[in-house]
Amino acid sequence: MAVATSYDHEQPIPGDSAAAGYDPNYVPDSVKSFVVHMYRHIREKNVYEIHQMYETSFQSISDRFFKDAPWPSVDSVAPYVDNDHVFCLLYREMWFRHLYARLSPTLKQRIDSWDNYCNLFQVVLHGVVNMQLPNQWLWDMVDEFVYQFQSFCQYRAKMKNKTEQEIALLRQFDQAWNVYGVLNFLQALVEKSTIIQILEQEKEGLEQFTATDGYDYSGGSNVLKVLGYFSMIGLLRVHCLLGDYHTGLKCLLPIDISQQGVYTSVIGSHITTIYHYGFANLMLRRYSEAIREFNKILLYIFKTKQFHQKSPQYEQILKKNEQMYALLAISLSLCPQVQLVEETVNLQLREKYGEKMMRMQRYDEEAFALYDELFSYACPKFITPSAPSYEEPLVNYNQDAYRLQLKLFLYEVKQQQLLSGVRTFLKVYSTISIGKLSTYMEVDEPTLRTILMTYKHKTHAVDSDGKITSNADIDFYIDDDMIHVVESKPAKRYGDYFMRQIVKLEGIMTDIDRIKLEDDSRVEILISHGIRSKREGGENHRGAGIQAGMSGIQDCQGRG
Amino acid sequence: MGREISNAPTNQKQQSSMAYTVEQLVAVNPYNPDILPDLENYVNEQVSSQTYSLNANLCLLRLYQFEPERMSTQIVARILIKALMATPAPDFSLCLFLIPERVTSRFRQFWDEVAKSRHILEVVPGFEQAIQEYAVHVLSLTYQKVPRSVLAEAVNIEGPSLDKFLDHHIANSGWVIEKNENKGQLIILPRNEFNHPELKKSTADGVPLDKIARIIPILG
Repeated sequence: MAVATSYDHEQPIPGDSAAAGYDPNYVPDSVKSFVVHMYRHIREKNVYEIHQMYETSFQSISDRFFKDAPWPSVDSVAPYVDNDHVFCLLYREMWFRHLYARLSPTLKQRIDSWDNYCNLFQVVLHGVVNMQLPNQWLWDMVDEFVYQFQSFCQYRAKMKNKTEQEIALLRQFDQAWNVYGVLNFLQALVEKSTIIQILEQEKEGLEQFTATDGYDYSGGSNVLKVLGYFSMIGLLRVHCLLGDYHTGLKCLLPIDISQQGVYTSVIGSHITTIYHYGFANLMLRRYSEAIREFNKILLYIFKTKQFHQKSPQYEQILKKNEQMYALLAISLSLCPQVQLVEETVNLQLREKYGEKMMRMQRYDEEAFALYDELFSYACPKFITPSAPSYEEPLVNYNQDAYRLQLKLFLYEVKQQQLLSGVRTFLKVYSTISIGKLSTYMEVDEPTLRTILMTYKHKTHAVDSDGKITSNADIDFYIDDDMIHVVESKPAKRYGDYFMRQIVKLEGIMTDIDRIKLEDDSRVEILISHGIRSKREGGENHRGAGIQAGMSGIQDCQGRG
Repeated sequence: MGREISNAPTNQKQQSSMAYTVEQLVAVNPYNPDILPDLENYVNEQVSSQTYSLNANLCLLRLYQFEPERMSTQIVARILIKALMATPAPDFSLCLFLIPERVTSRFRQFWDEVAKSRHILEVVPGFEQAIQEYAVHVLSLTYQKVPRSVLAEAVNIEGPSLDKFLDHHIANSGWVIEKNENKGQLIILPRNEFNHPELKKSTADGVPLDKIARIIPILG
């Protein structure tokens, strides 16, 4: 079992509770009760109770006793849970997650947390675990694992102010949060769980996984399978942090994001998946695909975020929501296909970024700066995975990875800006000769032909199936020396609109019929149509009811 | 993703046993510093046998990211050239995302040289052909009918070689020559949704079946 942390031997650092008189061995009653009950629920495989304690009790005890201090040490609670090895690993997992959330971990604490994940994952990989844990917890393990890795890389890259002790520790424990270790653990979980084969076989009805939300109802354990499943999303995330978008998307392939799945059973996992999927597609110039997915998830968050207000994930949900609106603004500015965006989402988007998007489509220096701003706000926290050279003059290089991705992204935007001149002219003409356009643009004909070909190249990306898709809102073809402009009009979604109105009208007709037949229920129907009538008396109500119905019908006709 | 084995006659051979092993390694054990030499050898094999593997090359670039002191600039240059040859696939950009700035800035001079000289063509077989294929691809997105002179410049061929080139595409790609008294030859390129917008399938207005099902009782 991992050694108890030695934070009480560290020098006091701001945020370190050792300085504040924290006693790691003091166990309040509520904690005693918490671990005893949690331990029992886990032994009894009572997933519902585990979830309640994990989500709610842990939070409320933290808020009451451990607002800015760690929970009691694992050694002090172990006696209450029979010194159970696995429970202690789980307790420490929560312990470190709480520490990272409320305080600043020291280097030693970071290393110890790594040790704990190693031990925990080894136990799971050896297949000796027979617990059932809530998906929320299993997702949090993978999510936190990747987060702590990212955090460590950022921390390690800031070499300038490192003390000699820290550097010595870093050199000594060079395996901690090593990129190979992180990737191999995630890969091992995917492989050992055989989750890819399970998902394949599920399509042919030979396996049950999604149907049970990953839970095992035949007396077994869901832990390895579900950790393996979430690890695919973990791999997508790590590869995005490294700038390898292609491989990241490959890792996600076994999960069909056009359907519900275990990934949607936990909102954090749903959002993380789509955020990284969308971002990867954005960097691969597949703007339409990114827009489609951002649109779906933003609509989903809009409808459901109220139900998560009390949850510990709420802040993160809101943050990712804002970031994805920024990414959507970028995608739409580079690929104006507004018809892909749903009404509600579009309204929110206009509110947040309407003005900026107008300026971004102007393709001047200011627009360039806006692309920079939005990208920097919304992008993942890219990392440099390699260990620093401890010999050279110590510098901070934690921004290097971000700067590279930003540079490549802005290069892409610059290309678009160069082509904006072409777009301006194409918008104005339906046909124009090469000769005339080259005069207007003040270039010679061969140069214009090159520019036009570049426009075609830039606006036509290769999608994940290897097919060519067009991002262009203005397109053209050339017949010898004549340019024919083709504008792809945003298709009005007539089908959708008429469907809704048909159903609505049917509802009103039914209500009107009811008014004629049932005098008593008149008032109810009036109120249901939003009419608060202060009038008393029979005939007026009837008239008003029919009027309500009629104006509803006129409404439909007027908007058609 | 990206163009796999190209049109060269070598693809008639069975995939070499080295390629087979490396592909397996990349699929099964990619996060492993020990396979770095195998991946480097594989890049050289791709160059000489005119084959290509995006996944193996990305795997190598990642390992270079993890251990920068083991990186070979020459190998990186070769990977980038092979990726360029896969255009219009975005392989070149994919590779750039993984290479630190200080490395690519060293290449700036190199690329300037490449733009000027044909020296590169001797270094990486199949490069010129790949670039020509890309040029033809963009032409077919852009033109219904393209003048001979424009085509000539795009593929960098003239005279009798160009005639041979045209004959090949007439026979194999559905090109048609139209003679124009004033301007010389016009090449008619095959119809697709990008140079013939009327061929574009409308994706906008399909209504899903379940929504129709809702109104069937109403209509009925």
